[in-house]
Amino acid sequence: MNKEIHIQKTVEIAKKKKKKSTHSIASVLVWASALLVVAVGIGIVIYIMIQGVPYLNSSLFEWNYSSENVSMLPALINTIFMLILSLLIALPIGIAGSIYLVEYAKKSNPFIRIVNLMIDTLSGIPSIVYGLFGSLFFVKFFGMGLSLLSGALTLSIMILPIIMNTTQEALREVPMSMREGSYGLGAGKLHTILHVVLPSSLGGIISGAILAAGRIFGESAALIFTAGTLAAVSGNIMDPARTMAVHLYALSQEGLYIHETYASSAVLIIVVLIMNGLAGLIKKCSERNTIHG
Amino acid sequence: MDKIEIQDLDLFYGNFQALRKINLRMKAHEVTALIGPSGCGKSTLLKSINRMNDLIENCHIEGKILVDGKNIDDEDVNLLRKKVGMVFQKANLFPMSIYDNVAYGPKTHGIKDKKRLDEIVECSLKQAAIWEEVKNDLKKSALALSGGQQQRLCIARALAIEPDVLLMDEPTSALDPISTAKVEELILQLKENYTIVIVTHNMQQALRIADQTAFFLQGKVIEFDRTQKIFNDPKEKKTRDYITGRFG
Amino acid sequence: MNNTLKENMARSIFMMAAALSIVAVLIICIFIFSNGVPAIKEVGLFHFLFGISWDPEHGLYGIFPMIIGTLVVTAGALVFGVPLGILCAVFLVFYCPKKLRPKVNVIVNMMAGIPSVVYGFFGLVVLVPFIQTMTRTNGMGVLSASILLAVMILPTIISVSQTALSSVDKSYYEGARALGASHDRTVFKVMLPAAKSGILCAVILGLGRAVGETMAVMMVAGNQAIIPFGIFSGTRTLTSHIAMEMGYATDLHRQALIATAVVLFGFILIMNGIMTLVKRRMCHE
Repeated sequence: MNKEIHIQKTVEIAKKKKKKSTHSIASVLVWASALLVVAVGIGIVIYIMIQGVPYLNSSLFEWNYSSENVSMLPALINTIFMLILSLLIALPIGIAGSIYLVEYAKKSNPFIRIVNLMIDTLSGIPSIVYGLFGSLFFVKFFGMGLSLLSGALTLSIMILPIIMNTTQEALREVPMSMREGSYGLGAGKLHTILHVVLPSSLGGIISGAILAAGRIFGESAALIFTAGTLAAVSGNIMDPARTMAVHLYALSQEGLYIHETYASSAVLIIVVLIMNGLAGLIKKCSERNTIHG
Repeated sequence: MDKIEIQDLDLFYGNFQALRKINLRMKAHEVTALIGPSGCGKSTLLKSINRMNDLIENCHIEGKILVDGKNIDDEDVNLLRKKVGMVFQKANLFPMSIYDNVAYGPKTHGIKDKKRLDEIVECSLKQAAIWEEVKNDLKKSALALSGGQQQRLCIARALAIEPDVLLMDEPTSALDPISTAKVEELILQLKENYTIVIVTHNMQQALRIADQTAFFLQGKVIEFDRTQKIFNDPKEKKTRDYITGRFG
Repeated sequence: MNNTLKENMARSIFMMAAALSIVAVLIICIFIFSNGVPAIKEVGLFHFLFGISWDPEHGLYGIFPMIIGTLVVTAGALVFGVPLGILCAVFLVFYCPKKLRPKVNVIVNMMAGIPSVVYGFFGLVVLVPFIQTMTRTNGMGVLSASILLAVMILPTIISVSQTALSSVDKSYYEGARALGASHDRTVFKVMLPAAKSGILCAVILGLGRAVGETMAVMMVAGNQAIIPFGIFSGTRTLTSHIAMEMGYATDLHRQALIATAVVLFGFILIMNGIMTLVKRRMCHE
C-alpha cells in the first residue's frame, strides 16, 4: 500500500516537473532571443520597404543623373556591368583552382592546406583594405585609374574565397562512383571533369556565384577608391562607375534626398533578397537531384 | 590464344599486399566468376584488368596482365578501358538523360554523327534487354529508373563503347531477385559476343552463369577450374568449406 | 601523345588558377606593407600605435584613439551579439518546432545578405534618432555603432553556432536525459559545452566581421578621432578612419592611412591564426 502511494507521488511530481519545464526560464529566454532576432531582421526590411517603395517612380529610372533628379538608373546599370565583369574574372579562376584542389592534388599534398589557408585569409580581409589595395595596385600601379575595370579586378579577388569554397564543396559532393563510371568507359581525366563532374556540381557552383553576386551588389567600401563615385552610365571598362551601394552611401551622406535614399535602399534590398532566395532554391534543387542519384 | 592472361600478379596498397602471385587465364566468349569472402582481393583483381587501380594513391603492381597477348601497361589507358568495359557494384549513372548516358562513351571516343549515335544507343539498349522499357523515355533522367533498370542501363552504357571484355563487379548485389534473374539471363546472352569476368558473392549465381570459377582467399587464388568441377568436386578443403557455407 | 599533352596542359592551368589565391595574398601583403611600413618608420612605431592625437596638419599621426575605438565598438557588438546569437542558435537546434526552423533560417540568411550600407542607412535614420531622443546626446557614437554591428554579426554567429550545436553527438543528449537531467539542463550543461570550440569559431568569425566592417560603422559612429570617453561618445574605428580620409590624403598622411591598414591586417592575421588553432583543436577532440 505504502509503496503504491509513493509511486503515485513520484509520478505526480514528474508530471509537474514536465509541465514546468516547457515554461522554464531557459526556454522563455531562447524563445525571446529568437523572437528578437527575427523581429529585428523583418523590422529592418519592412521599414525600408515602407519608406522606400512608394517613392520608386519613373524619374528615378531616367538615363541621366542630375542634382535635380538623383536617378538611380546609371548606378543600377553600372552595378550590372560590375557584376558581369567581376564574375567573368573570378568564376573561371575560382572554378579552375577548385578543380585542381579537389580533382588533381593528392589529399596529403600541403598545397591544398596552403591554398585553403590563403582563401581563409582573403575572406577575412576587410573590404576597406581591399579598396586600399585596389587603389594602390590597379588604380595607381597599373594606371587603370578609377574605373569599372579596377573595381571589378578588386572585387574578383574579394569574391574568390566565396567561389572557391562553394565550388570545392560542390565538387566533393559528386560521388567517386560517378568518376569511376566515366573512367571505366575510357574517358580521360579532363573529359571526365568537364563532362561529368562539372555538370553534376553545377547547382552548387551557381548558388556560390549568386552569393558572390550578392556580395558585389552590396559592396561599397572596396569600390569608392577603385571604381569611383561618378554617377553616369560608364561607356567602357576604363570609365569610372558608381554602383548601387556606393550610390546609396553618397545619397545618405548628402542627406538632401531622403526619399530617393529610401527608394535606393529598397531596390538594393529587393535585389539582394531575390539573389539569396535564388541561391537557396538552386542549392535545394541540386541537393534533391543528388539524393535521387 | 587466351583473351586475358594474368601472370604472377602482386598488388600492394602501400605496404599491404592485397594480391599474391595470381595466375589466371580466360578464354574468349566465356564467363569467369571470381568468388571468395569479402576483402579477399577479388574486386581488386577485377579492377586491375582495366587499370582502375591507377586511380588509387599508393597502389602498386608487379607482374603482368595481357589482353589479346598485349601487356596492358603498354597500352593507352583510355583505349584499354574502351576495349575492357566495366559494370560497377552500384549503378553509377550520370545525372543526364537515358540517351545521354548511353551516348556518353561513344561521344567520348569521338563519334559525333547523330544518326550513328542513335544507332549505337538503340543497339546497346537492345543488347542490354532494356530497350522495350525505355524506348519512349530516352530523354528522361536516367536517375528516375528503378534499381534493376539502372543496372541494366549501366550494362548498356558499357556495351555502347563496343568492348571485347566486360568486367562486372557484383552487378546484382544491390538488386531484388527478379532484377537479378534478368541480369543473369542477360549475361548468358552477352557471352556470345563478349568475354565476361564477374565478381560475385552469390555462389549459386556463379554456378548458374560461369564457365570457370576462381576461389580467392586472403589475396591468393586457392583454386581455379571449370565451374562444375569447383562446385562438385573441389580439390582443396578450403574451397569445399567455403562452398558448403562453413565460413565467409 | 596529343592527349597526354592536353591533359598535362589542363593540369597546369588548373594548378596556376589555384596558386593565384596565394599570389593574391602575397601581392596584397607586399603592396600594403611596402606602402605602409615607411610611414610607421617615419612616425615611429610607438608614436604611431600609442600616439593619442591624429592631426596630419601638424604632423601628428597617432592611431591610438582609432585602435581603442575599434576595440570598444567591437567589444560592444560582442556583448550584444554573442549571447543573443548563441541563444538563438540554441533555440533553432533544441527548442524550435521542426516546421518553424527553416523559416527562421530564411530570415537569418536574409539578414546576412543585407548590404552594409543599408544597415548603415537604417542605423542613421532609425537607431541614431532613437538614441538621440532617449539620451539627449547626438546619438552617433559607441552605443549606436555597437548595436548596429551586433545586428550585423548575428547571422554569422547564429549560423556557425547552429552548425556546431547540431553536430554534437545525439547520444550525449540521450545519455544525459537517461540520467534524469531535464531538457534545459541537458541543453545548457551538456550540449552547449560540447559545442564550445565551434561556438568559439562563431564568435571569432563575428569578431572578424565586426573589426572589418567599414561603411555601417562610419555612418553611425560620429567619427571623431578621439579616445571614446563613454558609451555615448563619438568614436572612430580603424576601418572608417581609412575610408574617411583616403579620398583626399597625400604624401605622409596617405602613407599613414595605409599603415593603419597594416595594423588592421595584423589584427585579422592574428584572428585567423587563433581560428586555425581552434579548428585544429576541434579536429583533435
